[in-house]
Amino acid sequence: MTTTAVPQPATTTEAHPAWRSFVPGPWNDRIDVRDFIQRNYTPYLGDGAFLAGPTGRTTGIWAKLSAMFPQEREKGVYDVDPHTPSTITSHAPGYIDQANELVVGLQTDAPLKRAIMPNGGWRMVEGALQTYGYEPDEQVRRIFTEYRRTHNDGVFDVYPPNVRAARRSHIITGLPDAYGRGRIIGDYRRVALYGVDALIEAKKVERATLGMERSLDDVIRAREENAEQIRALGELKAMAASYGYDISGPAATGREAVQWLYFAYLGAVKEQNGAAMSLGRTSTFLDVYLQRDLDDGVLTESDAQELIDDLVIKLRIVRFLRTPEYDALFSGDPTWVTESIGGVGEDGRPLVTKSSFRFLQTLYNLGPAPEPNLTVLWSHRLPAGFKAFCAQVSIDTSAIQYESDELIRAAWGDDAAIACCVSAMRVGKQMQFFGARVNLAKSLLYAINGGRDEVSGQQVAPATAPVEGDVLDYDDVTAKLDVLLDWLAETYVDALNCVHYMHDKYAYERLEMALHDGEILRTMACGIAGLSVVVDSLSAIRYAAVRPVRDETGLVVDYVVEGDFPTYGNDDDRADRIAVDLVSSFMAKIRRQRTYRDALHTQSVLTITSNVVYGKATGHTPDGRRAGEPFAPGANPMNGRDVHGMLASALSVAKLPYSDAMDGISLTSTVVPSGLGRDRAEQVENLVGLLDGYTVSGGFHVNVNVLNRETLEDAMEHPEKYPQLTIRVSGYAVNFVRLTREQQLDVLSRTFHAGV
Amino acid sequence: MSVVTPHDAGAPVIELAVPLVGGSHRRASAGTAGLEVSAADRSTRFAQMRAGELGSLHSWELVTAVDGPGTRMTAFLAGCPLRCLYCHNPDTLEMRHGEPVTAVELLARLARYRTIFEVTGGGLTLSGGEPLMQPAFVRRVLRGAKELGIHTAIDTSGYLGAHCSDEMLDDVDLVLLDVKSGDPETYRRVTGHELAPTLDFGRRLAARGTETWIRFVLVPGLTDDEGNVDAVAEYVATLGSVSRVEILPFHQMGRDKWESLGMRYELGQTQPPSPELVERVRGQFRARGLTVH
Repeated sequence: MTTTAVPQPATTTEAHPAWRSFVPGPWNDRIDVRDFIQRNYTPYLGDGAFLAGPTGRTTGIWAKLSAMFPQEREKGVYDVDPHTPSTITSHAPGYIDQANELVVGLQTDAPLKRAIMPNGGWRMVEGALQTYGYEPDEQVRRIFTEYRRTHNDGVFDVYPPNVRAARRSHIITGLPDAYGRGRIIGDYRRVALYGVDALIEAKKVERATLGMERSLDDVIRAREENAEQIRALGELKAMAASYGYDISGPAATGREAVQWLYFAYLGAVKEQNGAAMSLGRTSTFLDVYLQRDLDDGVLTESDAQELIDDLVIKLRIVRFLRTPEYDALFSGDPTWVTESIGGVGEDGRPLVTKSSFRFLQTLYNLGPAPEPNLTVLWSHRLPAGFKAFCAQVSIDTSAIQYESDELIRAAWGDDAAIACCVSAMRVGKQMQFFGARVNLAKSLLYAINGGRDEVSGQQVAPATAPVEGDVLDYDDVTAKLDVLLDWLAETYVDALNCVHYMHDKYAYERLEMALHDGEILRTMACGIAGLSVVVDSLSAIRYAAVRPVRDETGLVVDYVVEGDFPTYGNDDDRADRIAVDLVSSFMAKIRRQRTYRDALHTQSVLTITSNVVYGKATGHTPDGRRAGEPFAPGANPMNGRDVHGMLASALSVAKLPYSDAMDGISLTSTVVPSGLGRDRAEQVENLVGLLDGYTVSGGFHVNVNVLNRETLEDAMEHPEKYPQLTIRVSGYAVNFVRLTREQQLDVLSRTFHAGV
Repeated sequence: MSVVTPHDAGAPVIELAVPLVGGSHRRASAGTAGLEVSAADRSTRFAQMRAGELGSLHSWELVTAVDGPGTRMTAFLAGCPLRCLYCHNPDTLEMRHGEPVTAVELLARLARYRTIFEVTGGGLTLSGGEPLMQPAFVRRVLRGAKELGIHTAIDTSGYLGAHCSDEMLDDVDLVLLDVKSGDPETYRRVTGHELAPTLDFGRRLAARGTETWIRFVLVPGLTDDEGNVDAVAEYVATLGSVSRVEILPFHQMGRDKWESLGMRYELGQTQPPSPELVERVRGQFRARGLTVH
């Protein structure tokens, strides 16, 4: 069907009728979605003029949900089922508007009704239920406290004392030890392309191989996981059957492909309350089906758009029951249903199809929203029409994030997708052990104080000599920091090994992993927060005079800075080199630690929105930042210290080596519309230029917010006027009006680049 | 969430703010960070400045959509002969407030951004202050930029156009010419100086065929008189090399700087122009067949 597809000799396997008119290839004989896409997709090089607006059916369904959102926002949740621990098949079918839904399936029997998922930990479930006024179910409580252990129980049985101390003092934070780790992307496309029965067969082949190995702990675990995967696939079929669909075979039409794929994803979010439940890279895959139907004349553009709109509506209402503390850490109610769009293939053809546009078009058809987390894999080699459309959507909605396709393809190939915010992984062939992050700024303060906590005064890290004298010496402080970071890396990976051992044991992602190959690459995704605070602090110590202020116990509790010093965020190598060295040296220390299941070490420079929380737990720092003040998000320079414009700021960030931060480097930029150009055409053109300039300079990720300060201020005062106002923060889009007031103020105080 | 946002309306955040004047509305004292500041002694420094090896720089910035096409490195030179009442960079008025920076150092930084300029269609803009206050330095930097194959622009009032030799103009791809008034009396009130040198410079550019963007700052009660605007438009229409006219609505973002410099600011009560007024003025230029932004 495409002129650019590679012609293949007929395969020996007889093609399934659902695959009619598809170009055959190795994908017929093995599970290989990428091969299918490459042979069958139709690159689209034009602009957005072909797109269709919402149909009455779409707007009707969305209006029905929209009417429910105010109550949900008010109360925190719309409704909860406190009695039924969620599984793939736990709840009866649910509908928003059964007669009109083109794509069906809800997590419970009603829209916005949340389920409990106690495998991660009972306390979190109980806390959340009580917060929202629901009585925990006595029998469920007994099951998960008396008869069955949870991930959370397991982790706290095995944490060593150094991990407990580091966790308590917030130098290691946000560990997924009481909630689902997430950041695993099932290859949901497989269900549409092959049907569940073929996937079960493939898993049985894997099992046969495992059956030939000697029974030792890793093989035993793999066999148990394989058995669970097969069971989960069976449950997936049963869930689809409850909605009246038989998904044992491949999807035969565009609508079925969307439905099959969504059922697979739905199964995952019924089973797991992961911190990020990303969708993968589905738009170009689905486009093959939609294009076939369009070519056959059985679908119109409006029909195709309607299917994508309907899918996106479902993705927008994925809900988990979480505690307010969790929501404060992550800002609002995030699910990170990340969909990766665009990019360029290994062969140089853009992976942009009409459906890449259709996904972005949902931001117009349904209005802007934080979910699904639409992520464009940007390359300067993308078609001009697509680039301009992305820039236009960014300017209109601020709801897109960009990641460097050139870096991702070079590292992970052209069928990689983003999990959560910035974590790229090969779909179906790779997963990660999510590791949250360590507080680098606090580490510096520990180094200065000989391992004591600057807030509590307690000895947390092993006792070493604190700094002496009236002025901090750069070589002395960096040597002490080096020692402290050795301890931190060791403690951190220890913690993560405990967490993921227990997560695999008690809250294994059966269905998501069933949609992976048997042999996969695992990464141990470590992370750092507070990078810019440490860089500027070390720069101040080096280039200015920093005098420590000690309390009566000798603890350094404040700093007086005399003189100027270069700051990170100005494309100034003096400061930026410190940043690069910090990232690379901490990565080297991480790499020295043995990991659970021999996972590959990676790290991210990302905070999501927790930069506020980390800042709150950290005392005064030598860069002049006051105790409790938020850190800059992700790899961002500190607020207001980048004075040479948004691009110079971005170029500092672009120097951080992706090879030492392969779990991603996040930059958030906010600009007022007039800062991009005097009219819309100029704004679009300039934003495209900026994205090209940033990515060709080695930049990995950028969130682009195009907003007026006045709009945000007004939204703080009148949230009811801005129910859909979306802004991007460190790899994730949030509903501005759902942020805490503290977070809203942080967003406002952050560098507003009036001009870029 | 009450209603579906109409397809063509987009998010509730798209209306344009008042366009900003120049690219220098965010300035901090660390303006020259990343450039080596010259430590040469006083007499050596003067000799270097005369030779154009050393310039007095207020700051630099990477900007988009303001000082010329694409993404540009704008270098703000210190020192200006005019004293415009609405100056939004009063901290660039005096050359002694700048930092001494060598042409070599500035060009080394410029060279870093060649790729950015290529992908965005940008380049170098020398602004200020008034770049033609330091003609030898400017000439050297422009030559260096052209040798690097980088697009060049100067942002000038034209008042010192006589300082700009033909050789220098050979290295200038675009001139952003600020015509601050059409009426000589108003020009004097706004800037404290004569209008004629600016008009002469503009004509010279037209005769040479140097591409020119005209900028006019619209200040209610000061430059908005219909006759004054007509006079500017009339003049601009006679220049064959003008490809664009930018009407820059006055804003109050410079006010704090005047105060912090201890200088008297006369426009404290002046409001930005209304959209209607901006439209009227744009119309006056458009009526003469000019491309107006």
